[in-house]
Amino acid sequence: MREFWGKVFAILWKDLLLEIRAKEIVVSLLVFALLTIIIFSFAFEPGPGRIGIVAPGVLWVAFTFAGVLGLNRSFIREKDSGCLQGLMLCPVDRDVVYFGKMLASFIFMFAMELIIMPVFSIFLNLPIFMPGLILIAFVATIGFVAVGTIFSAIAVNTKAREFMLPLLFFPVVIPVLIAAVKSTALVLDGSPWALLWPWLEMIAAFDAIFLVVSSLIFQYALEE
Amino acid sequence: MSEDASPIWAIELSGLVKSFGSQPVLRGLELKVKQGDFLTIFGPNGAGKTTLLRILATFMRPNKGQCKIAGFELNKQAKEIRQNIGFVSHDTLLYEDLTGYENLKFYGRMYDVPHLEERIAEVIHQVGMEARLHHRIGTLSHGMRKRFAIARAVIHKPSIILLDEPETGLDQHALTMLTGILDSLGPRRTVLMTTHNMVQGLKLANQVGILVRGKLAFLGEKPTEDVAAFIDIYQHFVEVHQ
Repeated sequence: MREFWGKVFAILWKDLLLEIRAKEIVVSLLVFALLTIIIFSFAFEPGPGRIGIVAPGVLWVAFTFAGVLGLNRSFIREKDSGCLQGLMLCPVDRDVVYFGKMLASFIFMFAMELIIMPVFSIFLNLPIFMPGLILIAFVATIGFVAVGTIFSAIAVNTKAREFMLPLLFFPVVIPVLIAAVKSTALVLDGSPWALLWPWLEMIAAFDAIFLVVSSLIFQYALEE
Repeated sequence: MSEDASPIWAIELSGLVKSFGSQPVLRGLELKVKQGDFLTIFGPNGAGKTTLLRILATFMRPNKGQCKIAGFELNKQAKEIRQNIGFVSHDTLLYEDLTGYENLKFYGRMYDVPHLEERIAEVIHQVGMEARLHHRIGTLSHGMRKRFAIARAVIHKPSIILLDEPETGLDQHALTMLTGILDSLGPRRTVLMTTHNMVQGLKLANQVGILVRGKLAFLGEKPTEDVAAFIDIYQHFVEVHQ
């Protein structure tokens, strides 16, 4: 088990180091998410009645499309540099590669979300610090990257890879997105935590199922 | 690393078939390579050399046939096979935004190399890249990257080395160095090389194979040391089997 996680963290360390050097993923995620929030904030005049209806959708549109951008880059970077073969040559079970890449994608996406949340609050006149929103983003992002990592590995070997990922990925991840949008609406409305829990439990169940299933089938996604 | 477990036959392929769609590339290939041998496989473009190496490197599975590498079955023990092979291809398989040291450290950790720092120092000395160890791979010349690629391929002391046209981008000095590194892996290391370079391929090998249309038209001891004479033999086999 220690050996397994040691190799997972070796892949994570390598991806973080590459990102610190190239700043390729986090910067593009941030720019995309920021632009989305700004455009929507100009399109919809913030008002007490509208925020509860519009804001959750705005936030998750920004997170979702920026997240897809990051997932795409995760394997395209490996493939285009020829290093995907290097990873495939390593004497490790394929789920090691899956968890390493998934954790890296999670960190990039969650970091982007933590930076975007206060900007979103400022533009839509909301409280800056919302612990409920951070919790929703945390659990929903796990589910998002758990599914996204495997589809990203499949899409990278296809010709229309940038287009293929969202096409394959969105139908599967829809339960997480619906639960995330609904629970975000409850947080922005100031609803009690008791109403939030069923949605969070639903996302957590999705996370658990897809973490297990994806790690088991990942080897077939990587094979030529 | 696991040389003790190596069998007499380092590579045993029987009835190997690989097709891409309806296009057959390997057509019932039979090949046995003894432990310690250096086999060079020559062949015209499209003969299946790269496909053969990619199957041996566990990147892809054959459609049919038996494949045993370092005593392990390809279909059941791919992880064990990967621990025993080193692969040098056209691509360096190195991350351009990491330094040579960071790349070797990453691969060393993935291969569970004991005493990694000492081993990195050893392979870097062998490839003569001590002065560039902490330079980013992306800033190095093609030849220098290739030297790091060789260091990466042997960092875990594999018992079988697969070389896919290794002379691309290497100067004469680097090729001599490659021979030295292969020798340093011990007398039981096995090498399978594919190349179009008759001079190098013939010089390094003790066994040669000629692959034509997915089958070995010739496999055996080097028939001659004379390159011109070997080219005649090669052209004869290609014409007969093409």
